[in-house]
Amino acid sequence: MSVLDRLGVELPDPRRKLRQLTFPLTAPTTPRGVEPLPVEKKTGADYDTEWARTFRARWARTVLLEAVLRPTAAVVARPERKGLDRLEDLRQGERAQPVIFCANHHSHVDTPVVLTSLPEPWRYQVFVGAAADYFFRTRVTGAAAALLLNAIPIERATVTRRSADLAAQLIGEGWSMLIFPEGGRSPDGWGQDFRGGAAYLARRTGAPVVPIHLAGTDRILPKGAKKLKPGPTTVTFGDPLRAEEGEDTRRLAARIEAAVAALADEHTSDWYQARTRAHAGKTPGLGGPEVASWRRAWALGDRAQRKRRKPAWPPR
Amino acid sequence: MPRPGLVLDVDSSTPPIVFHHGEGFALEKLPAGRSRVIYPPEPLEGLKDVDASIRHALEHPLGDSQPLSTLLFSGMKLTICFDDISLPLPPMKKPDVRQRVIEAVLDTAAAAGVDDVEIIAALALHRRMTEDELRHAVGDRVYDAFAPSGKLYNHDAEDPDGMLEIGTTEHGELVEINKRAATSDLIVYVNINLVSMDGGWKSTATGLSGYRSLRHHHNVHTMQHSTSFMDRHRSELHHSNWRMGKVLRDGGVKIFQIETTVNNDTFGTHALDTATPLSMLQKREWEWTAKDRASFLAMQSGLKRMPARAKRAVFQSWKAPYAVTSVQAGEVEAVHEQTLQNTFAQHLVPVEGQTDVLTMGLPYICPYNVNSVMNPILVMCLGLGYFFNMYRGKPLVRQGGVLIMRHPTPWEFHPVHHPSYIDFFEQVLADTTDPVEIEQKYEQSFAEDEWYRHLYRTSYAYHGVHPFYMWYWGSHALQHLGKVVIVGGDPKAVRRLGFSPASTMADALEIASDVVGPQPTITHLHNPPLVMADVT
Repeated sequence: MSVLDRLGVELPDPRRKLRQLTFPLTAPTTPRGVEPLPVEKKTGADYDTEWARTFRARWARTVLLEAVLRPTAAVVARPERKGLDRLEDLRQGERAQPVIFCANHHSHVDTPVVLTSLPEPWRYQVFVGAAADYFFRTRVTGAAAALLLNAIPIERATVTRRSADLAAQLIGEGWSMLIFPEGGRSPDGWGQDFRGGAAYLARRTGAPVVPIHLAGTDRILPKGAKKLKPGPTTVTFGDPLRAEEGEDTRRLAARIEAAVAALADEHTSDWYQARTRAHAGKTPGLGGPEVASWRRAWALGDRAQRKRRKPAWPPR
Repeated sequence: MPRPGLVLDVDSSTPPIVFHHGEGFALEKLPAGRSRVIYPPEPLEGLKDVDASIRHALEHPLGDSQPLSTLLFSGMKLTICFDDISLPLPPMKKPDVRQRVIEAVLDTAAAAGVDDVEIIAALALHRRMTEDELRHAVGDRVYDAFAPSGKLYNHDAEDPDGMLEIGTTEHGELVEINKRAATSDLIVYVNINLVSMDGGWKSTATGLSGYRSLRHHHNVHTMQHSTSFMDRHRSELHHSNWRMGKVLRDGGVKIFQIETTVNNDTFGTHALDTATPLSMLQKREWEWTAKDRASFLAMQSGLKRMPARAKRAVFQSWKAPYAVTSVQAGEVEAVHEQTLQNTFAQHLVPVEGQTDVLTMGLPYICPYNVNSVMNPILVMCLGLGYFFNMYRGKPLVRQGGVLIMRHPTPWEFHPVHHPSYIDFFEQVLADTTDPVEIEQKYEQSFAEDEWYRHLYRTSYAYHGVHPFYMWYWGSHALQHLGKVVIVGGDPKAVRRLGFSPASTMADALEIASDVVGPQPTITHLHNPPLVMADVT
């Protein structure tokens, strides 16, 4: 028996008090027989992110990116950046041509690793296509994603008009876009089929697509994991792709996926072998072997980057 | 639209002219009424899509060559050779055009299923390139794909098993080149043609050869009869290389030549969207804005306070924003003729008549001191070899005239890169500065010295004979000039070179008047950027 019970003192229960509140302290109830007003959704694909592109928000994001994300990514992911020279032709003096960065997706670590790997001036002029049903489920998570990553909500299942219009409008205004065309993180470490959103936007806006291959982030925070396991990562940028005359969205999406697969091959072997296999149509797919799940998991180990350390002895 | 070059007659309203002065700059007021300044053409615009131009050149070759894709086949032996660290100057910003071309060639080879590929830095008797330098030239992707398995490496002209004798020219010149290249089904040579001297048969016949071949054209007689070696049709150096090229062709060595030209945008230009804090150096002095003048003064003030080592580090880290202006590929001679037109379009300025005194400011870099020290021998080579020879027709200065150069000329050598230069400076030049005597008396002992040979092969040293070639490079100028004066140089080092030191330009002109008489005419070869005079 507690001291209060012995003294016979009863404290007010705040939950009970809240339940006792009535209108106007609580929302009104709708009378029966009256058509309720439609609820204005402010989450999911309807979340308005315009505030996140104001000067103040951009300034705050730059500080967060450089002071929080960059050191964190450096410690947790130790990214090695390759192929940045392939972006040189997209520069227009000090400005940068808006591009659509398309990366494979393993982990929540992917976005900060890519954002901190982008060269200037793209780094500060990029927005992220984020899953509307995940990052924008509540207004709090939506605000955090919008502020920290300059994310806009994208429907995973299909490119809705609202998502596509906003993305195209931003690209038209000079923003670049980071999108993960797989639509979600890999469930088992292997890649998933690329969806058509990035290809559709590339065709619609004329912006070049820069394929990016991420390696190593699946070991840091795979889907379902709750604890970060720091390790090295590699970010490989590929040659920019442009929609060809008469090329439809599906074919362009396939080309983007093939380009990321070629970068994955380049990562695990070397550039020349990867090019040889690409020309022969033998680039290993991102999806991995179609075998039993334990064999897929087993095969993941073979993807580790080839080590080429020179032996210390004998001297050459 | 870039403006062409200009010959400016100096009058009292002409502002002081910028001179390179090693790792620094100086402003000099030239005498009005009898001086003129040769300004280079402004940087040409680069190709809109370099990669597409490269692919087009590979598939639409010049001369009697087949497209590259039809020359490549599975099971063949392919060797790709490329120009070494001596080009371009200063090194260009990433991606280097060699990387772009080599990647395009390798991509075509990959499509054809070629497995046996080796990539060689064609450096003749230059020092070996370090891993960082190779990575800069060919890119990380190519380096990582080939270097770890020993398929990308520096040419070794002293490897007894690595050279192959191909034959002898009608002039008795021995032709010997890299064995791997010579025994390949195809050599693809990737050039950067910064000036008109580069490229053609010189790429293979010089870049892949060794001392036994080089001595036939890297000698005093050849250099004195190359007037100038920037004018391929009046260059004995090139005639000899062309004869050697014929031997290579007749000997069955198959070459697919790729030559690229870059503009002269060394320090960045606003018009080309490549502006840098040093862009004022690309401008004509009377067009400097207040910001340009402030930047120049700030730079000068900073440089004055920096130690020499720090200044060198800063300048050597400079990467030029060169734009690629042309790519041509195919048969060596047809390609080179086209390349010459493109280099001349960027560099040539028509100039009427010769002058009594030629002035020039020498920069911090020449082909042989990238990431290194510009020693006095290289100062001589850059001034009397390269800059003096930047002419077509007649030398800018008359026979018996005076050359005035500005450079600090420190008595300093890079002990790893230039070991034989130290001995050349201390022993040979202390005895004589006459190129003919030097050649006869000392060349062979340096060329065949086992220690220099060892350093060339295993360290990062220029070959033992290399300082001799530097001296021969200036032998045409030495024969032509009445006197050479170096302004602002270390007097001891300048005297060892056989030249006259002067502390100011006025003193130098006074010294010059002893040779060419009072009130001489003066021509200044404005640099930066590079310029070549077409003298009639």
